[in-house]
Amino acid sequence: MEDVYKLENAEELLPVLDTFIDSFPNKKDEVIAVLHKAQDLFGYLPSELQLYIARKLDLPAAHIYGVVTFYSYFNEEKRGKYTINVCMGTACFVKGADKVMNEFHRILGIKTGETTPDNLFTLTDVRCIGACGLAPVVMVNDKVFGHIHAEDVPGIIESYKNREKEEA
Amino acid sequence: MKMLSIVINDMHIQVPEGTTILEASRQVNLKIPTLCHLDLKEFGIKNQNASCRVCVVEVEGRRSLVPSCAEVCTDGMVIRTDTIRAISARRMAVELLLSNHPSECLVCTKNLDCDLQKLAQDLNVREIHYTGEKMHYEKDSSSFALIKDPNKCIMCRRCETVCNELQTCGILSAVDRGFNVIVGPAFHLDMADTSCTFCGQCVAVCPTAALTEIDNTTKVWQALNNPKKHVVVQAAPAVRVAIGEIFGMEPGTISTGKLVSALKALHFDAVFDTNFGADLTIMEEATELINRIENGGTLPMLTSCCPAWVKFFEHQFPDLLDIPSTCKSPMIMLGAITKSYYAEKMGIDPKDIVMVSVMPCLAKKAEAKRSELTKDDNDNVDIVITTRELGHMLIEAGVSFTRLQDSNFDSILGESTGAAVIFGTTGGVIEAAIRTAYEWMTKKTLEEVNFKQLRGMEGIRSATVKIGERNLRIGIAHGLGNARKLLEDIQKGISHFDAIEIMACPGGCIGGGGQPYHHRDMEIIKKRQMAIYQSDQNKKIRKSHENPYIKKLYEEYLGEPGGEKAHSLLHTHYVPRKRI
Repeated sequence: MEDVYKLENAEELLPVLDTFIDSFPNKKDEVIAVLHKAQDLFGYLPSELQLYIARKLDLPAAHIYGVVTFYSYFNEEKRGKYTINVCMGTACFVKGADKVMNEFHRILGIKTGETTPDNLFTLTDVRCIGACGLAPVVMVNDKVFGHIHAEDVPGIIESYKNREKEEA
Repeated sequence: MKMLSIVINDMHIQVPEGTTILEASRQVNLKIPTLCHLDLKEFGIKNQNASCRVCVVEVEGRRSLVPSCAEVCTDGMVIRTDTIRAISARRMAVELLLSNHPSECLVCTKNLDCDLQKLAQDLNVREIHYTGEKMHYEKDSSSFALIKDPNKCIMCRRCETVCNELQTCGILSAVDRGFNVIVGPAFHLDMADTSCTFCGQCVAVCPTAALTEIDNTTKVWQALNNPKKHVVVQAAPAVRVAIGEIFGMEPGTISTGKLVSALKALHFDAVFDTNFGADLTIMEEATELINRIENGGTLPMLTSCCPAWVKFFEHQFPDLLDIPSTCKSPMIMLGAITKSYYAEKMGIDPKDIVMVSVMPCLAKKAEAKRSELTKDDNDNVDIVITTRELGHMLIEAGVSFTRLQDSNFDSILGESTGAAVIFGTTGGVIEAAIRTAYEWMTKKTLEEVNFKQLRGMEGIRSATVKIGERNLRIGIAHGLGNARKLLEDIQKGISHFDAIEIMACPGGCIGGGGQPYHHRDMEIIKKRQMAIYQSDQNKKIRKSHENPYIKKLYEEYLGEPGGEKAHSLLHTHYVPRKRI
């Protein structure tokens, strides 16, 4: 296992995480909040970061790992800049979410759970984000796209690629 | 305490508030089957997650069936444990578990010793009505001590409860989710790469063969059948008060003589007693304690006989490595003496000696493989088997254990004292050390050798023993969670002791992970403890330093206790380890 200080920007981010953890009187009860914060800061939860959190909260690493692997929101792999979540919940699925997913596979050339080589997109599936009225739903980071069909997929991808060009 | 009136199978009874339906049913001798349930009352530890649904009952006014192990009685509750609905539901729960369980009972290590198998029999399961996907996981046999086979796991989480709550090691947790969930270490590490102490308490409570010991019996058979090898065996104190259980004898039966005869029946070249190693340990440990007390050394001194405890403090308290005694464990000491003193006396090349240890313990398997405990590329102890494995070997060899005559351990490493036998129980090592330290420090004869204040089953005990003008403050803990509490109090400066004894398993070695399965009955462990103290009582010599063969060993070979030769053969060191 790597040293946690070898993670990107660790010198700067770990003190932020420490301050967050220390703000709780009962640290052990705040596993999920702490993991959320850590993922916000680092973008993912590699094993060395989980171990660091375990020590900081005085909990077994296996316990932290159990929580990380239980919730699909938490990811242990480094993600692309934009995470595309295709909802595969019942409502979205019956309205053709699988076709939407296949279109993302085809255009991005990656499978579910993978990241594009340019680190721009990570593709994942989720089970219901609670917006069934908008089915089929796709989320890109925090932005929700409703009533999405396969033919809308190229446009979504293009819009993020363009945004990236503008920022550059 | 507030009492509640309940009706259970038409019987009107009173139970204290907080009683579960399961406990209430036991009060009136009703048997409700259980599987995931585990209640270690002495330690205040309960596995009560109701995951198996095998103990369901009907409660009037409740639409669905209720898990009796986790449901607390309420006043006026009307319960039925024997309805067709409850019985069928229990059977269905077991069938569903079996539908995702390997059907290889005939060749499984736990065959006829498995809680799931017993339950299937008790609930009259004759057909499995469900078929579906089955788990396929790799077995983890990365360590020298135990095997984890997730395919046989029924997710009862008993192992997780003992690992986290009783032992506070926190190695095991449920990871991943849904059908993919397994109980395992963080990051799917191999057990060998974690801070597991290999105490084996997870194995002791596992209802199936999801957690078992590494089986070394084949290695023993091979050694015994190699004419070039001089195969020597030693047996730990806790083995003699438990092995009889495998052959249907009452728990707490002392079968020392039969054990020796049984080992001779397997044709070992010499049958030695780990108790000799225990007497030797006391010679060294008492010397070290007196040195530390009289010369201002580090106090408290902690015992170091228990390999799970040793590994625990290396991982969890790497800054306290100077407080445990540097004494090797009795098993390793006896191995070292066998391959030096005994080998010289007998004119045998130590390389031709195979030392087999029969231990109540899984951690001993790992201890024997520690790099600093293997001398000249020649392990001090070559093969470790558990009480259970010896039982298997004896059954395999057709030895009628219960009908054996008694015989004695072989000279010159077979004589031992009452002080040595009590090493098998919590409190015993420190009592043995005190018997010797007392006489050495006061130069007076100790008349009353029974230190009752050091005995018992409480997780943490403390007592003051007066030695001459000095009051020696003694701490005792069994169960690693209790050891942690004691050590944390020392770190904080809350408690002050001169000597502390720690054993990793509940009750000490008598409750070890390699003992015959107790199947959740902790009374068995208490009976073994009584047998240990009875064995001590039966001995003529009850102080280690009075063992004539020990005296001879120092005269002829070792020199002074704590001397140079004793140090090189009988002492060791510890290494800080990472906590994962």
